[in-house]
Amino acid sequence: MHFDLSEEQQLLADTTREMVSRAYDTESRNKVVDSELGWSREVWQQLAEVGILGLGFDEDSGPIEVMVVLTELGRRLAPEPVAAAALIPGATIAAHGSDEQRALLDQVAAGECLLAFAHTEPGRRGMTELATRATTDGTTWAITGAKSPVLAGDSADVLLVSAALPEGGTGLFLVDVAAAGPAVTRVSYRTFDGQRGADIAFDGAAAQPLGSGGDAAAAIAETVIRFQAALCAEAVGAMDESLRLTTEYLKTRKQFGVPLKTFQTLTQRAADMYVSLELARSMSFYASMCVADGRFDPVVAARTKMQIGRSGKHIAQESIQLHGGIGVTAEYPIAHYAARLTAGDQTFGSTTDQLRYLSRQVGRYGVVTL
Amino acid sequence: MRLALSDADRAFRDELREFFTTKIPAEIRERARNDELRYPEDMVTTQRILNEAGLAVPNWPVEWGGKDWTPLQRQIWSDEMRLACVPEPLAFNASMVGPVIAQFGSQEVKERFLPATANLDIWWCQGFSEPEAGSDLASLRTTAVRDGDHYIINGQKTWTTLGQYADWIFVLARTDPNAPKKQAGISFILAEMSTPGITLRPIKLIDGGYEVNEVWFEDVRVPVDQLVGEENAGWSYAKFLLSNERTGIARVGTSKVWLADVKERAARTALGDGGTLLDDPLFAARVAEIETELLALELTQLRVSGDEGSGKPNPASSILKLRGSQLQQAVTELLVEVAGPDALPFGAPDAEAPDWAQHAAPKYLNYRKTSIYGGSNEVQRSIISATILGL
Repeated sequence: MHFDLSEEQQLLADTTREMVSRAYDTESRNKVVDSELGWSREVWQQLAEVGILGLGFDEDSGPIEVMVVLTELGRRLAPEPVAAAALIPGATIAAHGSDEQRALLDQVAAGECLLAFAHTEPGRRGMTELATRATTDGTTWAITGAKSPVLAGDSADVLLVSAALPEGGTGLFLVDVAAAGPAVTRVSYRTFDGQRGADIAFDGAAAQPLGSGGDAAAAIAETVIRFQAALCAEAVGAMDESLRLTTEYLKTRKQFGVPLKTFQTLTQRAADMYVSLELARSMSFYASMCVADGRFDPVVAARTKMQIGRSGKHIAQESIQLHGGIGVTAEYPIAHYAARLTAGDQTFGSTTDQLRYLSRQVGRYGVVTL
Repeated sequence: MRLALSDADRAFRDELREFFTTKIPAEIRERARNDELRYPEDMVTTQRILNEAGLAVPNWPVEWGGKDWTPLQRQIWSDEMRLACVPEPLAFNASMVGPVIAQFGSQEVKERFLPATANLDIWWCQGFSEPEAGSDLASLRTTAVRDGDHYIINGQKTWTTLGQYADWIFVLARTDPNAPKKQAGISFILAEMSTPGITLRPIKLIDGGYEVNEVWFEDVRVPVDQLVGEENAGWSYAKFLLSNERTGIARVGTSKVWLADVKERAARTALGDGGTLLDDPLFAARVAEIETELLALELTQLRVSGDEGSGKPNPASSILKLRGSQLQQAVTELLVEVAGPDALPFGAPDAEAPDWAQHAAPKYLNYRKTSIYGGSNEVQRSIISATILGL
C-alpha cells in the first residue's frame, strides 16, 4: 500500500498542467467556452499528440493516469471533454468491445473520433429500468428512445448507448451518428458551467452491440464508476486551485489597512477548507486505486462521490464568501470553479443520491472497512 | 499508488491481529470496548504483555525497544490494536516522555528511565498546562530555580490526566525568567510524585469520573540530573512531544468499533412502526455519513503516516487531530440518540436501562474534551493556516 505517484505519472501530471496552463487563463478560457464548440480543437490535438486521449486504452496506462490528468484539467478548468468524449467510453470499448470496435480507439486517441456515453434518461433518477429499447430482426439492431443529458453528446461521432434488451436485461450499443442519419436527432446545449451536452433521440437508429452483445449491466456499472472516479479527480483539481486562489487573495487583499489574513475569522475557515480538500483527495485516490485493481465497487464510488460532493460544496461556497463580491463575477475565476464543482456533483449521482444509497447498506456489515 | 497491502504487510497484519486477539485477556478488551477499563491494573497488565513481545513502544529507537518498522507498519500496528480493543500503551509513557528522553536525554537518563517507562514500571503524567497557560502554553509560570545540585520547583499544573496513578511527572518549568522570548527560558524536568511539596487534587468531570487533576509544587527539590537535555531548551522538546501526541489522537479504529456498536444497538431498538432505529432512513443516513468520513480520515492518516520518516512533524497531522476528535464526538453523540430515554438513569444498576445506555450521555459529555486537549481544534486550524497555507 502506498500513495505515491511513479516518476512517469508525475511527469504526466506536470506535462498536462503545463499544457493547459499555457492554453488557458481566465480570459482565454471564457472566450473558448463562449465559442460554438465550447472547447478548442487545437488543444484537443495537443492532448492527442502527448497521448492523453488514449490513456487507459492499453496496458501501458490505466485509472491512476486518468486520475492524474483529470485533476490537472480540473485545476485549470480546461473545457475539453477528455473524460466524457474519450477516456470513459473509450475504456469501456477497450474492455468489452470486439477487435473491430477496439480499432476505433486509435482514432479516438488520435483526436479524430469523439465518443459520448448516452445512458442517463429524462425523468428517471436512480434508474433501475431503461425506457430506451433495443430491437433486432435477427441480424441487425436498432435503438429507440431518448437520452439526456448526454455530456459531449453534441459533438460525438460515436455514441455508447445503454438500452433495454428484448429478452430482458440491459445492453450496450455503439451508434455511429453519421451512419444513423435522421434516426438520431440531437438538441445541443451548454451546461451552466460551460460544458457541452445534448438531448439525443433515437428513432430506430442502427446500432451495433458492444462486443458479443447480451446483458451488459456489469459493463454499464463499470462505466458509471469510472465516470464517477473521473469526476472526483477533476473536482479535486478544481478544489485545490480554489483554495490556492483564496489563500492568495487573503494574503494580498487589504481592508481596514491590513491584509485579510490578519483576521482569524477568515484564516480558521481557510484551514477547514484545507481539511475538506485533503479528505477529498484521499477519497479520489481511493476510488481510482480501486478501479485500478479491477474493483468496481458501487459502495466505494458512492463514498467517494459523497465526500467529494461535500468537500466541493464547502470549498466552493467558502471560496466565494472569502473573496467577497468579486467571487461571484464572471471575469474572476473563483465562481467558475464553484460552477464546475456544482455541475460535477449533479452528474452520475449527487451527494444526496450517494448518501441515500449508502444509508440502505449500513445494516449489512458491522465495522466499516476500506 | 496502490491500495492493497503487500504480502509481507498482510502477513504482518495477520500476525498482530492474532497476537492482539489471543494474548491480551478478552475481559480487558471487552472493558476497553465499553469504556470501563479498570485503572491502573488493566493498563499495566496490557502494556507488560505488549512490552514482553516487543510491541509496546515500536516508535522508539530500536536500541530502546523500538521496531525498525515502516510508517505503514506502525499504522497497521495502531489500527489493529484499536480494532481489537486493546488498551493502547499509556500515551504519557509510550508516545510522550519516552520519545523525548530517547531523542534528547543523556545516556544516563535513558538508562535510568526508558526500560521502566516501556514496561509501565513507572507511570508517567504530564505537567504542562497551567491555570493561566492553556492554549498559550509558553506563558507558563511554574519556576525551577537552581540551588546547588537541585532545582527548586514552585507553581501549579492542571489537567494532569490520570495523575492519581502516576509515579513520576514530566514538568515544563521556567528556568530563565529573563529570556528574551517566553519560549526560550523553559526546561523539561522529571520529578517523582512522592517528592515532598507535590500535592495532587482531583478535578471531577461532568461524567462523574475523575481523570484529570491539579498538581501543586511547593519548594519541591529535584536533583539536577533529572533535567532532560539542555536547560532552557525545553520548549523545542515540548513541541516535539505535542506533534507526536497529535498523530495518535485520531483514533479512527476506535471510532469504527464504537460506530459498529451504535449500529448493533440501533438494530435492536424497535420503533413503533414495526422497524428498528437502524431501518430509519434519517438515522441510517447519519451512520452512513460518519462511516464515510471515518474512511476518508483513515485514508488521509495512511497518506500522512507515509511521510513521517523525516522525523519532522508533519503539519498535516493537524487534520488527524481535528477530524479525529470531531468524529469521536459524532459517534458518542449518536450513541445518546440510540439510548433515548434510557440515557436518563445514571449509576442505577437496578434500573431497566442497560449499562451502556446509562453511560451514553456522560460519555458524550466527557468526549467534548477531544476537541480541546492535545492542542484545541482552533489551535490546529491556526497551525494549518500558518504552516501549510502560509497565512
